[in-house]
Parts: sequence; C-alpha cells; structure tokens
Amino acid sequence: MTHAAACRGLDALRIGKTGRRVLVLLTAVAGGLAGAAHAEVDPAVMKAEAERIAVMARAREPALAIFSNGGQGGGSGVVISPDGYALSNFHVTKGCGEAMKCGMAHGGLYDAVIVGIDPVGDLALIKLFGRDDFPFAEFGDSDAVNVGDWAFCVGNPFLLATDFQPTVTYGIISGVHRYQYPAGTLLEYADCLQTDASINPGNSGGPLFDMHGRLIGINGRGSFEKRGRVNVGVGYAISINQIKNFLGCLKSGRILDHATLGARLASQEDGSVIVADILEDSDAYRRGLRYGDEVVRFGGRPIRTVNAFKNVLGIYPKGWQAPLTYIRKGKTHETLVRLSGVHGAQELLDKVSGKGGMQPPEQPPGKPGDGPGKKLPFPLPQAKEAPTGAEMPEVVKQHFEARRGFANYYFNKLNRTRVWNMLTSRGDFTPLRGQWELKGQLLGAGEAEFQITDQSAACVLPGGELKLAVGDSLTAASDPPASGGLLAALYLWRRLLVMGPEKFGAVEYYGTAPMAGRPGLIEMLTATYGGVDCQFLVEPSSGRLLAIEMFLRPDDDPCELYFADYREVDGRDLPGRLEVHYGNNTYGIFKLTEVSFQPAAADPSQKEGQPGADNGPEDE
Amino acid sequence: MNEATITSMNARPYTRRGSEIRPAVAAALLLAVTAFSHLLGARAEASPSFAPIIRDVQPKIVKIYGAGGFRGLEPYQSGFLISGEGHVLTAWSYVLDTDFITVTLNDGRKFEGKLLGADPRLELAVLKIDAAELPHFKLSQPAGAETGTRVLAFSNLFGVATGDEPASVLHGSVAATTRLEARRGVFETPYRGPVYVLDAMTNNPGAAGGALTDWQGRLLGMLGKELRNASNGAWLNYAIPAAELAPTVDQILTGKFVASSVDEDDRKPERALNAGLIGLTLVPDVLDRTPPYVDRVLPGSSAEKAGLRPDDLVLFVNNRLVQSCQSLEADLEHIDQADKVKLTVLRGQELIEVELGVSD
Repeated sequence: MTHAAACRGLDALRIGKTGRRVLVLLTAVAGGLAGAAHAEVDPAVMKAEAERIAVMARAREPALAIFSNGGQGGGSGVVISPDGYALSNFHVTKGCGEAMKCGMAHGGLYDAVIVGIDPVGDLALIKLFGRDDFPFAEFGDSDAVNVGDWAFCVGNPFLLATDFQPTVTYGIISGVHRYQYPAGTLLEYADCLQTDASINPGNSGGPLFDMHGRLIGINGRGSFEKRGRVNVGVGYAISINQIKNFLGCLKSGRILDHATLGARLASQEDGSVIVADILEDSDAYRRGLRYGDEVVRFGGRPIRTVNAFKNVLGIYPKGWQAPLTYIRKGKTHETLVRLSGVHGAQELLDKVSGKGGMQPPEQPPGKPGDGPGKKLPFPLPQAKEAPTGAEMPEVVKQHFEARRGFANYYFNKLNRTRVWNMLTSRGDFTPLRGQWELKGQLLGAGEAEFQITDQSAACVLPGGELKLAVGDSLTAASDPPASGGLLAALYLWRRLLVMGPEKFGAVEYYGTAPMAGRPGLIEMLTATYGGVDCQFLVEPSSGRLLAIEMFLRPDDDPCELYFADYREVDGRDLPGRLEVHYGNNTYGIFKLTEVSFQPAAADPSQKEGQPGADNGPEDE
Repeated sequence: MNEATITSMNARPYTRRGSEIRPAVAAALLLAVTAFSHLLGARAEASPSFAPIIRDVQPKIVKIYGAGGFRGLEPYQSGFLISGEGHVLTAWSYVLDTDFITVTLNDGRKFEGKLLGADPRLELAVLKIDAAELPHFKLSQPAGAETGTRVLAFSNLFGVATGDEPASVLHGSVAATTRLEARRGVFETPYRGPVYVLDAMTNNPGAAGGALTDWQGRLLGMLGKELRNASNGAWLNYAIPAAELAPTVDQILTGKFVASSVDEDDRKPERALNAGLIGLTLVPDVLDRTPPYVDRVLPGSSAEKAGLRPDDLVLFVNNRLVQSCQSLEADLEHIDQADKVKLTVLRGQELIEVELGVSD
C-alpha cells in the first residue's frame, strides 16, 4: 500500500509503547546521553493540545456551509441561537436570494430563510428550520481581543464542504480596530479584526473564534490585490461587538443602514482631528458641533485619527445615539448625538438591488488613507446573481414576506407583535376609546391637566389652555410652544395604546437601540402618522413604555416624552411621571396624580372601528 | 498512526513539511523537540498569547511613506528602529526615491526621514529621524534562526495601519535557510546572500523593511521586497538575516558608507571629472530626482571600453550612493581628471563594477 510505504520511514516515530521505547533508544544513541533521554512529551503540551482539539471540535458544530438552492454559490455561516438564527455575510446571502440550504458538521442539511441584511456592514441574519436545539456559538468580546492572541476560522473555503465538514484554519490576531474602506458606500469593514489564519473564498460569513471557542467575528474579507484571489495572510472579520449592536435591528427583517454624523473630520498636522465640514441640518450641528471644533472622544473612545473616528461610526446602526466630546477654544463640550443614515431610503434599495455598488470597484492606486481611489481589498466572491427558478421550499414560504424596504417583512411583523404583546401584558388599553384625562403638577409651575381623545389633544397648563384638533397632518402641531409638540406626542401615545399597531397607521419594529442614562438596549417601534415619525421605546425586561420621540420634521429635534414611576391602577401599568424634552432643553416635568378614562362617546362618525365603545363606564 | 500524529504530538508545525525525515535525524530532532517542549509547556500553561511580546516589539516598528502611488507601486513600506536616536533600518526601494520621506512611529508621531545611506546590494537603507530615547532593536546582537525557528513578522503590509495604529503581525516558522543565488534568473533581485524562507505570507505589498523576530521578540532579520518566481509565478516570503545587514549598517552609521551628499569642506579639484569626459550621456534630468540611467555611451569612450551600456543605472560613485543625475554630476565634480573612478551600476538585476578614467 502506498500509505504504508509512505509511512515506513516514519515507523520509528510511532507513539505506541514499542515505538516510544525505540525512540528512547535512538535518542540515547544519537545524543550520546545514555539513560538521560526522556522521550515523554511534557504533559502540559499534551494538555494544551487536547484542549485546543476539544475547543475546535466544539466550534465546528455551529458552523454552516451555506449553499444557494440552485447550488451555484455559497459561503459560510454560524448559528447563534438554539432556534436557528445564524450570521453570515450580506455578500454571501445576496448570491442565494431569500432561501438557502445550510449544511452542518454532523451531516444535517437545513432550509434557511433570509431575516435581515446590513449591506454596509456586509452582514446578514438568516434563520434555519427543523430544530429547536441547534448547536450555537457563544459571543465573545472583540474589544478584549489582543494582537497576538491565537484564533481560528471555521468555514467552507473554496466551497469544499460538499459533505458539510467545515475546514478549520488557525492563526493569530494580526490587528484590531482595523478600518477597511467600503466599495462605494457598501461593504465597509470598520473596527474589524485582522488575522493571519487563512481566509479564502468561501470562508465568507464564517466564524472567527478565540481559543475558548467564543465567537469574536464573522470573516468576510481579505487583502488579495495582485496575488490572485487566495489568502495572503491578511483576512478581516467583522467584530462581534459591532454585530451585537446590529443584531436586534437585523431581527427586524429590515434592510439596515449605517450611521453618519453629518460632519466630515480631518487630521491636522499636529495630530488633532477637527471638523472640516458639517451639515447644518444634522443633529450634531444642533447639538453645537461646528466647523473647526476638535473631536476628542466619540462613542466612549479616544479619537486621534480619522480612522479611529470611522471605526466608531461604523459600529452604529442608523438611528442610534452616541456620546461625542469636542473642544472649542480650550473648552470641552460633551453631548449625545443622534446619528442619521448614510443613504437615502431609495438610494440604499437601489444599491442593494445591484444598481452599481456591489460590483468590486476598479482599483486605481492611490495614497493610503486617501479614501476614494484607494486600493480596496475585495470581499470574497459569491454567486453572481440570486438564483432564478429555484423553487422556494414550503417552510421558507411560510416564513417569508416580500415588502419594499425589507429583506423579509415576515420577521418585522413577528417582532412588532412580540413587542406589542410585551406592552399590553401590563395592561390592555384597547377598550379605552373615550377621553383620557391626565391630572397633576407641572413641577415648579403649578396644576396641569391633559385631555386626549380619538380626534384631539388638549391641555390646561399654568400658562394657559391649548387644544390640538388632529387633522390629516400633524407636521405643524408644535404646541405647546417650545415643547416640540407635546400634545401631538400624547395623542400618538394614546393612539398606539388604543388602536394597536395594525390600526395605528404604519408601525414597524425597528430593533434594539441604546437609551441615554440606561444600561443595555431597549426595544423600539417606529410609527408614522399624519406625516410625523415617532419612536416608541420599550423596556425589554418589563415591557414598559419608557419614552416616545416624535419628529415633526426630519431635520428638527424630536419632542421626547419620558415615562417613569409606573404604578398599577386597576390592572394597568400607568406612568406617574412624565418628563418632556425638546432639543437641548427640558420643557417640563409632570407629576401625574390621576389618570382617568372616560367612556367612549357613541359617535357614528368615528373612522376607526369601535371595540369596547359601548362597554359602559371604564374604571376610575 | 501516521505523520499527522507526529505533528500533533510535538506540536511543531514545521514537521509537517518534513517529507524527508530520516530515522537518523529523527532522533536528533526529537531530542530538540523534547528539550524545547519544556519551554512550550510553560507557555501553554501560562499565557498562550503573543500579546505581551508584541506589545514590546510594536514601538520599534515604523511606517514609511514616500514616492510611488502609480502603476501598482505602493507609496509606503515598513521599517524598524535600530537606535534610540532615530536610526531606522528599511528596504532600499523606489519609496525612498524622494526628498520627502515620512516616518510614522508606533505612537503616531510623524517625522521627516533623512536618507543616511543605502546599499542596493543588500537592498537596505538607513534613515534618520530627529527623535531621541526611542525603543529599538540592537542590530549588533541578532538572535540566530534555523529551519524550524518560529517567527513573528511585523510590517505595515497593504498600508493597513495609519497614524498610531500598530503594524500587522503574522506568525510562522523558518521553512529554510538558504541562498537565493542558486535560483538566479528566477528571482529578480541583486541580493545574493542567505535568506530565511518563511512559511507565512509575510512579504506583501508594503511589508518590505519590516522586522522578523523570534517568539521572544528578538530581531532575526528584515523582511525583503516582494519577489516572484519568474518561472512559476509563486511569491517568495523571506527575510534577510540581521547578521548579513549589520556590517553595512555599521559602516553607514560610522559614515564610511554614505549617501552622496558631499561633505561641505571637501574641495573640488581644478580639473574635475564629468560624465561627458568618461563618455556617458545620462537620461534628461526632468525630475526632482531623476534616477541616473545611462542614455548613451559614446563610441570609443572609456565608458564603452569598460563595458557600460545604455539603461545601466548608476548606483555608486567610488562607493558613494548616488540617487539622481544631479548628485552623480556633483560627485564627479569632486574627482580629479587624473584619477580613476569606480562606478557601480545595476543592469537588470545584476550589479556590475567598473573602473575608468577620462576617455583617450
């Protein structure tokens, strides 16, 4: 046998008992150290090796070999929850369309559907079907990863895994917090990890693990340039901490956008980073940032290079807020900036649907850091086009709904319902169709009262009385003055609670976002009514509505309503405190002592249905 | 059991390449492995990460920016500090072909780099920046490496890092210690000395001039320029051993091997030499620093007799590095017509030395 022949020369090195004895003998002779030789390998080495093998064996389990249903493309992925949610690259799933097949190391092949995509961050969330006990990877902390730490990739390089057995490649972390320019505006690798573990075409979307088997990144890109499209020792992975920011949003089924500050920053000769350009309708401008200001911290990190700024910006989804510290004339200013989107809605859809954008750009060489024109390391290849004609499996059909602006609207509805159920678990407001009356104190000013109905919102404040008659448009409803539209916001609050997301108007699940002064992330619904956008912030643990942010105009500050001091009244959770902010100012803090719900008037002209309209007197 | 078992047993990646392990050497090898495994064991138990060693080395690595930026020529490369006073060792390349070389330290500080000297035969150059008390490698005490030595490679490949972002680090081992000259014509390089051939993808664009260290962070050598096998297109990953570089670097540091900047007090002879007198016409001087290529050789001149040809690139005049047509002429102005002059030229990848005087 050839194998035997090949091994003959190595027979002496066998690790059997006999072999070892032969070795000891040989060693003694060769080294002339009679009796002193000791061929046992240090147990610590054996232990370390055994641990490595065990970690890698475990890490193989959640790895996915992704194939398009037509079989002409694919890549890698990794399962992150027992119910089958999995991460991959956008540029991998784009080649597969809405449905794909995922092979796992144990030999199983599963149908999967697209859930949400982040084309700028090159990230995709998919969901596998068929089990509720999928092996899944645990998240690590990519900010705790050091250059020089060992790491390994598991994946499907060159689509070798036709038997679904993943390939493991082993190396070290070569760089952290790397910034890699986007192709146009998509496929930007900000704040990514760099590794010399081999990443080849087909590894895209697969996991990068630390030596404890914790997921620290999603591999997706290499510096290939003139060496052909194979590994050159420089691979990049999207950091898991960035993914943690986007994961809640990915579950919304939306096509996600990344964030922009609305300002361009530039490095100065002295090493400072200053504002070189700023849009006057940006939130940063309204928060006080101006041309020439020196930016020193952003998102909690020091900013000493433009790359460092781009790294921070790149980890945030559109719509998040981030702390910004800048210096002007020696004085330090700290503020919280609301980040808008990189793209217009239509622009993003055009790019995702392939009108430009996804094609690897031509590579005119340029100076490093010059931005456009710089050589771009390409993302790894994928199927050229989404497969056509492949029949969508039945289970995927049941979990897919096409809708403009969404990768899969099914998951938006799913989560919108989930959040709505959280909200109503603390009290069902849908029968309360009559007038809502809120009475209490405007702290430091005096008595205050609000009345809200299906058609109006009114207030009696120490400064006077105001009434908002709700018409087709709310965009001018800024009363009371300097509140940003408190009456309209209260109207929308009641409207959501009474009507629910189906009848409110357009209500979508946004995903998760941070909220100032509060650890962790909150759930968020976005809604549009009367030409006005608003956001409902819901605490995940309690299901309580924490805040409403209402934007009368997209380029103005929102009216922010913060609800607090919840107490239970007749089986419903009601806020005892209402804090109203607009722009940089606090409009007022209301202490609500009495909330009552009047019976609905039997008004036949009401447009909406009238559930509970004749339920008689409500509580209080 | 098979070879893979052996590899995993001693946890030495390079043995995987050991297609010719003979029983005779196997025992010796195993002995080495056994001795080494204690070191490994300690590491495996404590901290398997290179992070502390790398943190120590990174401040010695610099990013270098200069000429290039067109036709696939990256305008950047790597280098490392070899003195506390700002001497930087790097690869001699087109990137240094400018009066404006920027050296960025690991902490983000930027300095103008002055070319102190270069040796195209070793493809090395020494820059000087105006700084003090810098962490640096001691070139005079390089660690040795042999086949199987495990290494770390530090460089700013692909220009990934800017400002205070640290250079990239790759790991691997020395696959062979050999000389490139046996493959003359296959690898286009004037360098003829020994190299460490590496099993990691170290020699990427921008990596030239980077540092190769062992797993303790001790300097082993300098990453060379990109070399591609002319017959099969494969890229070579290699470093030039520090011991090969040290003597020349010493000479540059002590002023014996200097760039062509002529000493101020060096008086010009009355009857000075010039290119025309030896029969050379250089290419038109159109750039800040036009490389001194030979345009024409006058028939019957001493240049022709000495065998110089059009397209030869003049690198040295009497062992002084010349970088431009202007500096070549300036150097010749310091040589008396009565004396002979030694020219070192690069023809293709071959270095040729000639000695010649005024044409008859």
